[in-house]
Parts: sequence; structure tokens; C-alpha cells
Amino acid sequence: MSDIITVNASGLSCPQPVMLTKKALSGLEHGHVEILVDTATSRNNVSRFANNKGWNVEVNERDEGGYKLILTK
Amino acid sequence: MDKSLTSKNGPLIAGGLIGLIAVALAHFGNPGNMGFCVACFTRDIAGALGFHRAGVVQYIRPEIPGFILGSFLSALFFREYSPRGGSSPAVRFGLGMFAMLGALVFLGCPWRAYLRVSGGDWNALYGVAGLIVGIFIGIVFLWKGFSLGASEKNPKAAGLIMPLIAVSLLALLFLAPKFGENAPVFFSEKGPGSQHAPALMALAAGLIVGWLAQRSRFCTVGAIRDFLMMGDGYLLKGIISFMIVAFCANYALGMFKPGFEGQPVAHSNQTWNFLGMVLSGLAFTLAGGCPGRQLIMAGEGDSDAGIFVLGMIAGAAVAHNFSAASSGAGIGAYGMHVTIAGLVFCVFVGIFCREKGE
Repeated sequence: MSDIITVNASGLSCPQPVMLTKKALSGLEHGHVEILVDTATSRNNVSRFANNKGWNVEVNERDEGGYKLILTK
Repeated sequence: MDKSLTSKNGPLIAGGLIGLIAVALAHFGNPGNMGFCVACFTRDIAGALGFHRAGVVQYIRPEIPGFILGSFLSALFFREYSPRGGSSPAVRFGLGMFAMLGALVFLGCPWRAYLRVSGGDWNALYGVAGLIVGIFIGIVFLWKGFSLGASEKNPKAAGLIMPLIAVSLLALLFLAPKFGENAPVFFSEKGPGSQHAPALMALAAGLIVGWLAQRSRFCTVGAIRDFLMMGDGYLLKGIISFMIVAFCANYALGMFKPGFEGQPVAHSNQTWNFLGMVLSGLAFTLAGGCPGRQLIMAGEGDSDAGIFVLGMIAGAAVAHNFSAASSGAGIGAYGMHVTIAGLVFCVFVGIFCREKGE
């Protein structure tokens, strides 16, 4: 329950960030998953996918560039 | 407006506007059903620069630099300019080259495939079917772990290369210098290359579409990919509204001419209409987006997309120099050969390019 799953999808072309997110979320009823992405497009795509699956998404800009998306349910 | 473009209906709005602009450009002088064709326009630019010498398809289409610069300015304004690169660039060059070859066997990129259907050119239905099959093959590779690897952040200046190339192209268009006898810049006097909307109008259209597509992520390949892969219709709404608006505009302007024969810049060899677009659809899917999307990403600073676009220019040169491009008369003497070679290349890439541990 307290385990945090982190997925680094930075730099990957569409649709791989969403595919990795889907893989990370599959079978999870609830939890805390962090997805790293580098572009606004991937940020939006992953957020939309997670929202559609009923996950809350918190977007954080990273100091080194890109975004950390915190998915919770 | 930006809120609408980045909302869940963003692609729907952008697609409709792009469809309208496309038909307007054809009405004001672009070739039939060719308001936008990223492949044909890039090919015309390659010809204008003398990379191939097919005299009927040489013109610096301002829509292409317009896409890049519209996206570049939009990305700067909305703080999404993000120079990056280094994800298998040579493979992406090859994918761009073969995507172009497939498109020139069919005679159109995915944008034009949809526009041709919207104008009543039923030959393009075979192309769209091929596109869907090509995308599906790409999806199978993605499911099996295909990846070209991650790109990395690049220096800020690295992302300026494609916008600088775009500005240089516009300078060559408007200054029209001649670099010697029988040397570029070439401008077709007859054929499709001679048919174009006024340059400033086409540039404005390109800039607007660059902005619309940058904000909405409009992608004519991603639309089908996301729908087939995950049932996500977000981008699909974009191409549906694109086609519906283009059809209505074509109909209203008397430009809807249904049938197979006598269609503008098209041939009726359905096997190769289909297979050409299988190749294109597969290459675009492996590269992560349609040719328009590659131009938009290039404007955002993505050097890998920039390399793909340069590969498309090389593909245009190969297509015409090696008699592989189709014309209204039918497919080129070596159209079949390059299509098969391209399919072999893409399958090889799809099988052997994968992330470690997959």
C-alpha cells in the first residue's frame, strides 16, 4: 500500500509514455504511482489516460525540466 | 481560445478549422484536393532546391515552413519550447525517407488521403485502408516492445535548426535567387508545382495551422493509433471533424467530384494505393506521428522529428531521381521496388529496435 511505483517515461515517443503508464496501473485497485515525462504532450496524454481510469493526477514541474505526475487512487 | 484548443475538444476544433483552411487553399490555387499535403509539399520544396529534377513539382510551398514557424512561435509563447533529440536519429531518417516514398506511390500523405476522400476521390479509400493497416502493424510492434529509445534534453540553440531552415526556405521563396544556369531555385511553369495559392496567404495558413496543431496535438496517424490501441477517441475526433468540414466546404464550393477516374493528382492502381500507404502508415507509427506532427514537433525543438523531416526530403529526391514516384498516369517504374524495400526496412526496425530489458 505504501509502496511508490516510479516509471521513467522521459524522452519516449508517443504512445510509449501512455503504454508504460497503462502497464504500471494494470491490476492496481489503488496506490501511488509517479510517472516522469519530458514534454507537455506526454504530460497531457498520461494525465488524460489516468483520469479516464479514475486516478487523481497531480502535476509537478521538475527543476531539471519535464514533469513528475503523481497518480493516486 | 487556448482553453478550447487544449480542452478535450481541442483536436475537434483544430481539425475543423484545418479542414476549412485546406479547402480554401485549394480554392485559391493549390492543386485539387491538395489544400495541404505534407508529403507533396515537401517533395515540391526538394524539387525547388534541385534535389530532384522533376520539372512539374518544383515550388517552395510556404505552408511547410509556416507549420514549423507557427509551432515554434506557439511553443515559445506557451513555454513548451523544449529542445531534445538523440532517439535513434539515423533510423528516424530512414523512416522519414520511406514514409515519403510510400506517400509518393499513393500520391499523398495522410492529410491528403483524408482530403482526397472529402473531395470524392474514391481511390483514396484504398489509401486510407492501407494507412489503417500500416498503423495496425506498427501497433503490433509497439505491443511487442518496439522503441527507438529515449531522447535527451539538448542545448537551447539546438532546437533552432529547423526554424532557421524554415526561415531560409521563405527567403529563397520570396527573393527567388538563381544560382546559375539550370540551377536552383526552380519554380514549375506547368503541372502541380505551378498551381498554388498566393504565397502570403499560404504562409499565413501554414502559421495558423502550426499554432492550431501545436496547441491541440492534432495528428492524423496518432488519431487512428490511439483509437485502435486503447479505444481513445481524443485525436480521432480531430480527423473526423477535419473530413466533415472539408467535405462540406468542398460541396459548397462545387469541388466535390465523386468517382475513381479523372481525379486530380491521383491514379487508380488500387493495389499500390493501398500498399504505398501501408508503408507510410507503418513508418509514421514507428516514428511516433504523422508528417504534420513531425513538423510541429520539429518546431517545438525536437531534433529527432527534424531528422525525420530531412529524411522525407531525401525520400522525395530518391522517389523522383529513381523513377519511383507515381503520377496521374500510374505508378513509377520502380514504385513497387521501393515500397517493398521500405516495408522490409520498417519490419526490420520494428523487430530489432527495442528497449533494453523488453
